[in-house]
Amino acid sequence: MKDFTSILAEAIGLIFAGDADLIEIIALSLKVTLSAVVIACLIGLPLGAAVGAFRFPGRTLVTILLNSLMGLPPVVVGLVVYLALSNAGPLGPLQLLYTPTAMVIAQTILVTPIVAALTRQVIEDLDTEYSEQFRSLGVGPLERMKALLWDARYSLLTVALAGFGRAVAEVGAVIIVGGNINHVTRVMTTTIALETSKGNLELALALGVVLLVIAVMVNAAVMGLRASAVRSAYA
Amino acid sequence: MFRRQFLTIAAAGLITAGLVAPLKAEEKFIVVQSTTSTQNSGLFEFMLPKFTEKTGIEVRVVAVGTGQAIKNAANGDGDVLFVHAKPAEEKFVADGNGVKRFDVMYNDFVIVGPPSDPAGVAGSNNVTDALQKIAKAEAPFASRGDDSGTHKAELRLWKAAGIDVKGASGGWYRETGSGMGATLNTGTGMGAYIMTDRATWISFGNKGEYKVAVEGDDKMFNQYGIILVSKDKHPNVKADLGQQFVDWVVSKEGQQIIADYKIDGQQLFFPNAAPSGS
Repeated sequence: MKDFTSILAEAIGLIFAGDADLIEIIALSLKVTLSAVVIACLIGLPLGAAVGAFRFPGRTLVTILLNSLMGLPPVVVGLVVYLALSNAGPLGPLQLLYTPTAMVIAQTILVTPIVAALTRQVIEDLDTEYSEQFRSLGVGPLERMKALLWDARYSLLTVALAGFGRAVAEVGAVIIVGGNINHVTRVMTTTIALETSKGNLELALALGVVLLVIAVMVNAAVMGLRASAVRSAYA
Repeated sequence: MFRRQFLTIAAAGLITAGLVAPLKAEEKFIVVQSTTSTQNSGLFEFMLPKFTEKTGIEVRVVAVGTGQAIKNAANGDGDVLFVHAKPAEEKFVADGNGVKRFDVMYNDFVIVGPPSDPAGVAGSNNVTDALQKIAKAEAPFASRGDDSGTHKAELRLWKAAGIDVKGASGGWYRETGSGMGATLNTGTGMGAYIMTDRATWISFGNKGEYKVAVEGDDKMFNQYGIILVSKDKHPNVKADLGQQFVDWVVSKEGQQIIADYKIDGQQLFFPNAAPSGS
């Protein structure tokens, strides 16, 4: 086993070699993960905001449920999506199994509860702070939700990043529904699993470092956007 | 303010739409449910481009354990099944899930062990005797424990040696419940004996000090077979394209390519297709 400096060197080598296969795998990783996060936000942000801002019967139950679903085991989600998309399953005719779309579906199921549960907490805290103002201004429920989501946007950005972190690092679900097919559904995490099973531990670790670098780049890009948005807001 | 938010959402929607858009209809591909040994050994990477070049049919391989591959194919999630557990394959055909089974190639299983050789089996070519020695010495043995082709073969050998491994599970007999590569990584880490197919072993990159201890017994023969999934039972099967692949693999050309595949000068698989099938 090589030491960590040589693994790091190999990782840097991998990044700068510009290997076409690796670029394809990274691109698919980002495409699948970002699509899942975007869809999860489209569902999870309004859902979490609604639960956070409104009082309705069974609200505590919904909160408990959302919080628990954050811990969904990826393999279980993968199996459920597999059984649904399989030719023997109810959605078989769509022919989505072993496609990137199937991977997006599985990751969306994993990420949505995270986005919804964290959004709920953020919005609820903010709502407590704003509630008197809302009442005195007689703001309608939809307007209230919009205003809360907008004012919490920077916290919600971190919420989205938490979802991204879950999705980009996940292997159990995507390997079942994607099948880790070369040039079709092979992503970073399934490649790492494959190389580990081949006993190529150094290459697997180097790929892990590459994955980490990608995660850092995405996070940095989002924080950069945030910083420029804050600047322009005060300009 | 809200306009910018709207633009972001619109852009996100576009990305999503691009991804969910239906796959190109003219794409010609088949899905092959296969086993990790054929993939990890690099055979498919060597073989499949030649088939694609000749026929224009892309072959998408899902490499899992034989047990899972057979179940996936029995759900109709694959056009061709390419695995190594003859009794289970014959059952697959008998149940109407497959059209016909053809022998493709063989190699053999080996038992690899640590240099200390605690059971004293190194150099043996009698697997029954070697397994009895391992059990008697209670030397650690790492089993796949995952209903794969290799696992099934291993259990047959224990049975033939008259040893009840179930009773020893958790003691010296350790079921990893994982693929071949993961079991090799785990087993070599704990100094255990491990049974593996030779192709995976030769191409395995984390051997450490490990060496082949037991080999050359006829009982350790490892036969691979190929089956077209039945269109009668599973209407989505691309019978025409799948049949072309099966025909090619058992053809003179396909068999020659299997024979040509070598790592470090060692041939990994030995073609033995009989055109009539079995």
